[in-house]
Amino acid sequence: MPNSIEVINLSKSYKNKLAVDNINFKVEEDEIIGLLGPNGCGKTTTIAMILGLLKPTIGKILINSKNIEDHRINLLHKMNFISPYIELPKKLTVKQNLIVYGKLYSVKNLSERIEYLSDKLRLNKFLDNITGELSSGQKNRVSLAKSLINDPTILLLDEPTASLDPETGDFVRTFLEAYKDEKKISILLASHNMNEVKRLCSSILMMKNGTIIDQGKPEELIKKHGRKNLEEVFLKLARDKNEF
Amino acid sequence: MNFSRMYGLFLRHFFLIKSSFPRILDLIYWPSIQIILWGFISKFFSTYSNYYNNTVGVILTCAILYDFLFRSSISFNMLFLEEIWSRNFTNLFIAPIKISEIIISLVFTALVRTLIGLIPAILLTSPLFGISILNLGIPLLFLFLSLYIFGITLGLFVSAGLLRFGPSFENIAWSSLFLLAPLGCIYYPIEILPNFFQNLARALPLVYIFEEARNILMDNNFDYKNILYAFYLNAIYLIIGIFLFYYSFSEARKKGSLINIGE
Repeated sequence: MPNSIEVINLSKSYKNKLAVDNINFKVEEDEIIGLLGPNGCGKTTTIAMILGLLKPTIGKILINSKNIEDHRINLLHKMNFISPYIELPKKLTVKQNLIVYGKLYSVKNLSERIEYLSDKLRLNKFLDNITGELSSGQKNRVSLAKSLINDPTILLLDEPTASLDPETGDFVRTFLEAYKDEKKISILLASHNMNEVKRLCSSILMMKNGTIIDQGKPEELIKKHGRKNLEEVFLKLARDKNEF
Repeated sequence: MNFSRMYGLFLRHFFLIKSSFPRILDLIYWPSIQIILWGFISKFFSTYSNYYNNTVGVILTCAILYDFLFRSSISFNMLFLEEIWSRNFTNLFIAPIKISEIIISLVFTALVRTLIGLIPAILLTSPLFGISILNLGIPLLFLFLSLYIFGITLGLFVSAGLLRFGPSFENIAWSSLFLLAPLGCIYYPIEILPNFFQNLARALPLVYIFEEARNILMDNNFDYKNILYAFYLNAIYLIIGIFLFYYSFSEARKKGSLINIGE
């Protein structure tokens, strides 16, 4: 069965506030889809529902054609997530953190997996260091290793390169591209970095006030809105009150 | 049930304790101080009080038992709070770990934490005060088990509150046992309490556990009825605690409190 994320008529409301309003999209196998929009537009809420952290008010989410609400634990084995806003236990060493998460995901041949990720993500030099004492670039690579510890087929990335220097940011992007090509996984990427989105994503979903106001390939959107680059398209859509 | 996932969660806390001498010291320090303090108080009572003069160590034994309850409950809460403080909550709940596995893993880890703190305190009582809690004999196992179940149950209630209401519920985690201590009749018989409070106290397993501990120490008499009653009440509260934990998780998923709980 091909890997995919399918979001169908998805809405989430809290009391009187509608955070996500009837959105639909699909991320196919071997594809990176970008989720863009201003702060508070519903990106994090959407990702939280896909991860099963949040229960949708209406609609459903199919991961590899199975409803996350009915098969949450089984599907989470194949999924993972990285965000700069959540952290790994700071007092544990990098290796201890990877062991803990390897066990939580019931990873077989865990030592080999940690060795593989340490090589790929250049963690070897600080594998025995305390996680909280690492630089933000090193922490980011450790979080990335944690998000790949279970060899996920579905990966959700929330601003994966936020606050990284250009070299580390480029390293992470290059790694993600190569990993996606090698493993044929489905990736949903929420980011405010337009160059990153343009480089990595085959298609973009533009969100505003909980709805998807536009979508398409990066070049198509730039052309459609008559702008020079994706950032200008983002600004136009974010500021345009009559866009939808 | 998956052993690897439960072991993983245990390891997360074991690594933390193992690598930090101050944490181990903190676990040992408070029970030891508590025991030394109550040891001297009990020595005073044994010398000057008619009620206690034939029963050296009643207060000290009850202090150890109460501390065991306190540590088991706090340990359970601490394991949960550690995830919140380290902003690791989201990572934990997007891992494929079942609620039942989280509960079992925390129950076991809390026991390890509690024993790390309590064993040195128990060992201290013998050379310092010539008293050993092991004098309670086989019933001690039932008393410990009953207290442990109640401690874990309180931990479940508080953790359910943390899940539902977030870190703002943290103060309740610390104060829950202090609220129950006066009603638990740890150091005195239930008759000391006013009638209204006696009725409330009878709904707690603590009253029967500590009553029985005093029975054994003072009269050399073991009444299984008290222990059975304590287990019966424990079973009711434990079932409610587990239900509440599941309910809070479900509510947290509806209200979104799992997303930003550490922030």
